[in-house]
Amino acid sequence: MDGLSFTLNRGECYGLLGPNGAGKTTTLRCCLGLTAPDSGTIRLLGEPVPARAREARARIGVVPQFDNLDPDFTAAENLLVYGRYFGLPAATIRARIPALLDFAGLSSKEKIGIRTLSGGMKRRLTLARALVNDPELLVLDEPTTGLDPQARHLIWDGLRKLLDEGKTILLTTHFMDEAERLCDRLVIVDNGRIIEEGSPRALIDEHFPVSPSALRPANLEDVFLELTGRELRE
Amino acid sequence: MRFPDLSLRALAVWRRNFLVWRKLALPSLLGNLADPMIYLFGLGYGLGGLLPQIEGVSYIAFLAAGTVCASTMNAASFEALYSGFSRMHVQRTWEAIMNAPVSLDDVLAGECLWAAAKASLSGVAILAVIWALGYVAGPLALWALPAIFLTGLCFAALGLIITAVSPSYDFFMYYFTLFITPMVLLCGVFFPVDQLPPFVQTAAAWLPLWHSVALIRPVIFGQLPTDILLHIGALTAITVVAFWIAVVLARHRFLK
Repeated sequence: MDGLSFTLNRGECYGLLGPNGAGKTTTLRCCLGLTAPDSGTIRLLGEPVPARAREARARIGVVPQFDNLDPDFTAAENLLVYGRYFGLPAATIRARIPALLDFAGLSSKEKIGIRTLSGGMKRRLTLARALVNDPELLVLDEPTTGLDPQARHLIWDGLRKLLDEGKTILLTTHFMDEAERLCDRLVIVDNGRIIEEGSPRALIDEHFPVSPSALRPANLEDVFLELTGRELRE
Repeated sequence: MRFPDLSLRALAVWRRNFLVWRKLALPSLLGNLADPMIYLFGLGYGLGGLLPQIEGVSYIAFLAAGTVCASTMNAASFEALYSGFSRMHVQRTWEAIMNAPVSLDDVLAGECLWAAAKASLSGVAILAVIWALGYVAGPLALWALPAIFLTGLCFAALGLIITAVSPSYDFFMYYFTLFITPMVLLCGVFFPVDQLPPFVQTAAAWLPLWHSVALIRPVIFGQLPTDILLHIGALTAITVVAFWIAVVLARHRFLK
């Protein structure tokens, strides 16, 4: 990463977009204090990172790119055990579990083992797990990768609900429709550098005052492909 | 090389592992008991019948005391290597935990304490069985309990070094074949160490299991160990250094 700089406003959804290998996950890891950058400064919810990353992470919920729910536990146990990592008393966590499972649409699956849940259910439970500490900020790394459209829409509905409650969201994605629907502002990153920043609407209007296709209006995908090129990034 | 950054959150990691273990506690405990017991009775009766008394006791009693140490070592090593690797690499449990306000160093400390606790349970279970069978001299053997825990801690820390650098489960075979198995033969589990050539004895005295056997076998026979502080000090020093190395290597693996 090089010269990457951005600031989130409270209550907004901020997107980090870029092709595979653009440095999105590394950026999130640096923000969370899990990787130390060679230079530069990071402040997370006002805390200097990595020096006080632990204090900052106490007020953050993270949904990682790869599922890492505990396969040995039920849905409810996953939430209980995860809450303990935040130092929360068991009674506090237990009181929150019904609402969290309800949010994830898993109220009937409380005592069900993780191994029997579908991909979409696991993602929703991971999102519920990230809320166990009632965080101010949610960090999501490609929250809907690998999900079918139905499951994806359920996640989007959940995230919108959280934004309505006043939570702040930082998410990475390479789905342009996801960014267009959810993000108030976003950056497009490639090769570790920011190449564009703004609201989805403003970026589309700026780059495509006239649609590239006569058959449909311009969208964020047009902007993304224009800025990052069409070569494969494997 | 920073000093490990530890907090009480390590106990939440310990508790997570305990909760998983509790679901399968009985089969796990029986599994930990069965293997050493088969060796103990097989070799103890079969081989023991051919042998005279060793250090004033029957061969099976001699072997029983060694088995307590070797089983504790094995249980700690298996937990830190195979189970630890599953949590670290296969299930990505460590990564999930590190997204919460828990440091990697806390995770390792929780894992180390857990492996030591589980190994202690297995060592104590064997001690209880051989006590019931009459191979334990008296209450002095209760001093074996802290020594068993220290043994578990030491081999848990050593095991975590290997886990931290391991690319796959296959890698653990080297550790067991090149380190653990020779140690069992060199440290007086099956036969008294004075059967070994003097230079081998001198070298073997640097191995952790040597100190574990030197502490635990005498108390089981109702004697005070010689050089108690030396043995405790050696096990403690190896534990601290090994844990620190494991932390440095795990940081290299995760935080780069």
